[in-house]
Amino acid sequence: MGELFGGYATAASRRKRGRKAPFDEMFAGTSPAGQGARPAYREIFAALASLTQEELRGRTDALASSYLAQGVTFDFAGEERPFPLDAVPRVIEQHEWTHVEAGVKQRVRALEAFLSDVYGDQNAVHDGVVPAGLITSSAHFHRAAAGITTANGVRIQVSGIDLIRDERGEWRVLEDNVRVPSGVSYVISNRRMMAQTLPELFRSMRVRPVGDYPYRLLQALRASAPGGMENPNVVVLTPGVYNSAYFEHTLLARLMGVELVEGRDLFCSGGHVWMRTTSGPQRVDVIYRRIDDEFIDPLQFRVDSVLGTPGLMLAARLGNVTIANAIGNGVADDKLVYTYVPDLIRYYLAEEPILPNVDTWRLEEPEALAEVLDRLDELVVKPVDGSGGKGLVIGRDASRKELAELRARLIADPRGWIAQPLVELSTIPTLVDDGMRPRHVDLRPFAVNDGRDVWVLPGGLTRVALAEGQLVVNSSQGGGSKDTWVVGTNLAGEPGDGTSERRRGQASEAAHGVAGIVAEQAARPASSVPVQRAPDHSAEDAPRSDQQQQQQQQSGEAAAC
Amino acid sequence: MLSRIASSLFWIGRYIERSDGTARILDVHLQLLLEDPWIDEDTACRSLLGVMGSPAPEAAIVREDVLRILAVDRAAPASIVYSLGSARENARRAREIISSELWECLNTTAARMPRRVTSDKVHEFFSWVRERTALAVGLMESGASRDEAWHFFTLGRSLERADMTARLLATRSLTEASGPSWTTLLRSCGAYEAYLRTYRGVPSARNAAEFLLHDRLFPRSILYSVARAVDSLAEIEPRLERVGVSDQAARMLGQVRSELEFRPVADVLDDLPAFMSAIQEATSAATTAVALRYFPETVAPSWTGERA
Repeated sequence: MGELFGGYATAASRRKRGRKAPFDEMFAGTSPAGQGARPAYREIFAALASLTQEELRGRTDALASSYLAQGVTFDFAGEERPFPLDAVPRVIEQHEWTHVEAGVKQRVRALEAFLSDVYGDQNAVHDGVVPAGLITSSAHFHRAAAGITTANGVRIQVSGIDLIRDERGEWRVLEDNVRVPSGVSYVISNRRMMAQTLPELFRSMRVRPVGDYPYRLLQALRASAPGGMENPNVVVLTPGVYNSAYFEHTLLARLMGVELVEGRDLFCSGGHVWMRTTSGPQRVDVIYRRIDDEFIDPLQFRVDSVLGTPGLMLAARLGNVTIANAIGNGVADDKLVYTYVPDLIRYYLAEEPILPNVDTWRLEEPEALAEVLDRLDELVVKPVDGSGGKGLVIGRDASRKELAELRARLIADPRGWIAQPLVELSTIPTLVDDGMRPRHVDLRPFAVNDGRDVWVLPGGLTRVALAEGQLVVNSSQGGGSKDTWVVGTNLAGEPGDGTSERRRGQASEAAHGVAGIVAEQAARPASSVPVQRAPDHSAEDAPRSDQQQQQQQQSGEAAAC
Repeated sequence: MLSRIASSLFWIGRYIERSDGTARILDVHLQLLLEDPWIDEDTACRSLLGVMGSPAPEAAIVREDVLRILAVDRAAPASIVYSLGSARENARRAREIISSELWECLNTTAARMPRRVTSDKVHEFFSWVRERTALAVGLMESGASRDEAWHFFTLGRSLERADMTARLLATRSLTEASGPSWTTLLRSCGAYEAYLRTYRGVPSARNAAEFLLHDRLFPRSILYSVARAVDSLAEIEPRLERVGVSDQAARMLGQVRSELEFRPVADVLDDLPAFMSAIQEATSAATTAVALRYFPETVAPSWTGERA
């Protein structure tokens, strides 16, 4: 037991009154003596325990300064701070990941079906699965998006399904993000940084690579292009340099090799979208937009928007451009719709949900509202259209006055809120000022849908709340992140997994991205590698005995005598 | 100018470019070893040593060995420290011709060269090497007159670039399916981002080979490097013959350039290994020809004792 983990157990067992103990992902026992690491973490624990706290801090400082240099920062009170990345990775074993992956895929398929139904025939409403009022009362349901479909029918090219582990370690869905989920750039750059600053942790661990994401995304975007185009022009649409996720926009555009545009770089004419280039207007076929619905087209939504391009919606309606993710997706990640997702999975897919929701009260129902008002101080209340922990109230931590105000608001607008029991999110050791301490985490896996299959990035973004006992992990509220490792071989080789797919049929096709390298190098026979010519050297620097040098030295000495 | 000085400048160019290229190749390959669990470390390390023209030891080799042989071992002729040290020695010989800034840059670089690199500082070390070489090149590019000295320096750099890229491509061609991937190759010579922008993100064998071999605008492509070398040779010896070319180096490089310009990519891809070794032969032969013609006196005399 190294001093690195000193005091961890006491901190872990020191709980506030009346709170259940959270699930610790690294250690199984709660007593200080029984600090056996779980099997997934054994190697990491051994590698970490050999480091001292100072060493590890030195590494984390190097990591932070490198992020600062690369511009992987977020704005904190007008100052650029490096995005916090914790040195201890989160490890998920392959068999467990297979379960999570299947659950995420299922959820995306169901939400995809729901969205095309909402903006189509609304069969779910006719069949009484969801009330009509649920859809029309959602702040993100846009009539302007009705009837717009892409060539391959996909609306959720990219999604981030937020997961947590409850007190028993069971995975649950906390919320869905199918509008513009962000954070994937941190997954890619975190992995690179970890390999550079803590290489010893990677030893002997078979961590599944994440570098394939930009390629997958590009393929999905190309697949959604209007009319089965051969070589569509794909662009990434950013609000601009002042956006907090601008780093991510540049990284994705750079790694996909596509243009990063702002609204003012585009214009619509004749039902098509064009970008202004030095060689005249050039047609745009697919827009991966990182702008909210409200700002995308001043002709349809906010008239004061300077970020969007007038006429985009018309071009999309005419089928001349694909906007990804589709406009109006927000209705599917409305938190009240969230409570219906298990029913939607049964309705559209005729399957039982693989990943359960967190229990939720719909405040529209009078008896639920009465119960929630009664137990307000022990529940968590969230606004249905918020994201990033905005407007969320944790009853236990709120003052009497705040609770009274909340009560009034809930009675006035029951549609606007949901309530959930307080879930103690799982914890992972995290390096904070006091040393290694348990901190709460969640997980956002990213899924890419190309119309044939939903591909889930192995791992995802683990966000960690850096303050003790804090349950809101969002980075806009001072959260950090951890590199997330899916380890072990992919036994099943299920379809959609890039690595295994390419291992089978790699010879025929050119290699793409890291997965391609993996396949090729794994398949390489351990034969001898021919040595090429040794490098040329100048006559004087060639490795040899150096008479000239010796004599020059001697004669110099002679002169000095 | 003195032949000896010209030779020094030529070799400063080559050694600087070699350190930069080696640092890039090592950085990408060693990083890949960590990020990618399915790579067999021994094989990958051997192929890396093979690219750089270093014989590999018999015993199984790991990351640290490669790092030693190709980066910090002062006795290994393919190592970065050897190249930077030689660049500095050449600069010392041409001290009165090159600018003080360049001399100071190369001198401090050699002096600050670490004796060993711990595994967590590897990336930092390679970035440092790239920064120092970029500084040296930048000082030359921004401050030196475009005279003979500069042309010899550029000639050395261009030949080394062509040689580095040819080496890299040769590894890919061992067998079509088992070498390092095109993505790795592109990243190894700093061409990945430029490639993505040019070909819009879909890496294929044909495009990547085309980019590294034939691109007219990308400065690390073989064609570009060889063309630069030919230009420098022409500047050094501007006299135009009525018939043919008298300079042996110019003749050989010109042949390579024509072949790159006019031979179809598919043709080259069919026989990549042979073509790549032909290019390596040509750069090496061109080096000899340049030495014979322009600095014939540089070879320091060395006496061998009479055999009994």
